[in-house]
Amino acid sequence: MNAILTIAGKEFRDGLRNRWVLAIALVLAFLAVGIAAFGAAASGGLGFTSLATTIVSLATLAVFLIPLIALLLAYDAVVGEQEAGTLLLLLTYPISRTQLLLGKFLGHGLILAAATALGFGVAGAVIAVGAEGVALAELATGMGLLIGSSILLGWVFIAFAYLISVWVSEKARAAGLALVVWFLFVLVFDLGLLALLVSVEQGGDWLPWLLLLNPTECFRLINLAGFEAARSYTGLTSIAEGGAFRPTVVTAILVAWILVPLGLALRRFRHRSA
Amino acid sequence: MTAVIDFQSVTRRDGKLVRLDALDLQVHEGEVLALLGHNGAGKTTTMHLILGLLSPSEGRVAVLGGAPDGAHAETLRRRLGYLPENVSFYEQLSGREVLDYFARLKRVDRRQVEELLDQVGLGAAAHRRVKTYSKGMRQRLGLAQALLGDPRLLLLDEPTTGLDPAATRDFYDTVRGLRERGCTVLLSSHVLPGVEPYIDRALILGGGKRLALGSLDDLRQQAALPLSVRARGRGAEAELANQLARWDDPRIEARAVNGHEVALTVPPDAKLTVLRRLTDTPGIEDIELLPPTLEHLYTHFSAGLSPAQRGDAE
Repeated sequence: MNAILTIAGKEFRDGLRNRWVLAIALVLAFLAVGIAAFGAAASGGLGFTSLATTIVSLATLAVFLIPLIALLLAYDAVVGEQEAGTLLLLLTYPISRTQLLLGKFLGHGLILAAATALGFGVAGAVIAVGAEGVALAELATGMGLLIGSSILLGWVFIAFAYLISVWVSEKARAAGLALVVWFLFVLVFDLGLLALLVSVEQGGDWLPWLLLLNPTECFRLINLAGFEAARSYTGLTSIAEGGAFRPTVVTAILVAWILVPLGLALRRFRHRSA
Repeated sequence: MTAVIDFQSVTRRDGKLVRLDALDLQVHEGEVLALLGHNGAGKTTTMHLILGLLSPSEGRVAVLGGAPDGAHAETLRRRLGYLPENVSFYEQLSGREVLDYFARLKRVDRRQVEELLDQVGLGAAAHRRVKTYSKGMRQRLGLAQALLGDPRLLLLDEPTTGLDPAATRDFYDTVRGLRERGCTVLLSSHVLPGVEPYIDRALILGGGKRLALGSLDDLRQQAALPLSVRARGRGAEAELANQLARWDDPRIEARAVNGHEVALTVPPDAKLTVLRRLTDTPGIEDIELLPPTLEHLYTHFSAGLSPAQRGDAE
């Protein structure tokens, strides 16, 4: 346990020092405030529209950014140390490979969590102060849910990044694969699902279940569930309505999306040669 | 006395490639052993087997009384120091932070960090980021890392690459100090002239096989390489050279080096004969005796290898 905390502490301090935390928080806060402030631009207006619109927009922003940030943050976790030669050294220390990877996960997870909470938290505060007629309780719940689910989404992609990082032996290849993963889950999956939706003429009751095959869709489901008004803006996820898609269930599935790749990464890391 | 490192016909294969072929090796406590060999000879594989990073394909490895790749690893690794080849530490951390991190991971008293930084001569640069360190400073930081927790066994892979002569000497002085405290040291090196005075025994590997193992004297005896003797004196070149040109023993060769010096190649058993005659030769002012160096021995023992076995594969 001690070793895990030591490794996590180092990773987190690295994150503070090379300004990952600051950079992520700034980008998220800046874009989130922008979305909130110019939310009505599409309809020709200026200023804060409704909470539902804002949350939907922020969730869409998070779906694009959070996985990318998580993958960039963590893709070189193992392969980077391997190239630097420090991995070989760490493996001769009295720590297990599981401890090493879990420590890194904890560290990277904390970096992402801190940055996300800070970024979206600042945005929430700006909205609360700047926008007129916002129900503060509703805002707090919405932003809290957004922050919490964003963190989970980030952890999913950190786990993916580790899976890549223990599998390849070159940093450049890991970076390439990380981008492929992002592209598949964030862009291609939606297009594919849309094509299916259009081409399936009857039946298609099973289609909504496919959403659970993509952690980013799970993330959307969680955030939109709370907002009746948001339904009209949700696009694809509107096909998922009903009991099985309760936020708690979907959250559990999102957590599984963290555990499975992380477990596979651990397995691979433990059994590969140095 | 039990061996600190015990290899019993250890073979390691990677696919079809035989990295190490039935190696037998016993290293005793307080011994300094040099691992010599070409690239791909099996030096690094041997170290990785000792560290438990690899498991033997055949045979048995025991280090400090247990298999390094099993349950024993946890205890073993706290009593072991390792300096890998070409390690570049976390560039964005300072030297002190790097060492502190490793001390925590090894569960070592962190007061040792400052002591070690001073010991390797990084005390003044401890607050600077590793990014600004020279190659030699990084190497010294690596050594400090290996020395954490007073290890009983130290494995150093190419420890003196990138060190200037003074730093190399300091480094070997440290090794000598450790040995006096009973620490066993295994080091691999390409820089042969440097290691000679500091090692007890040398293991010469080639193509994964043990070519020779023993102290320098043992190896000299096994190899029976001729020594070279240089005789310097006054008098004209022709005179001295002529005087020393003929020998009863056909194995002795004489060659004039310059105006007043003659170099003789002498088999070990004829050494005294030659010395006697040289001291009796008038005009000779100085006699220099050069036994075969480790480099000569190394060349001798690895001469039988085909280029393929010598394998520049790695």
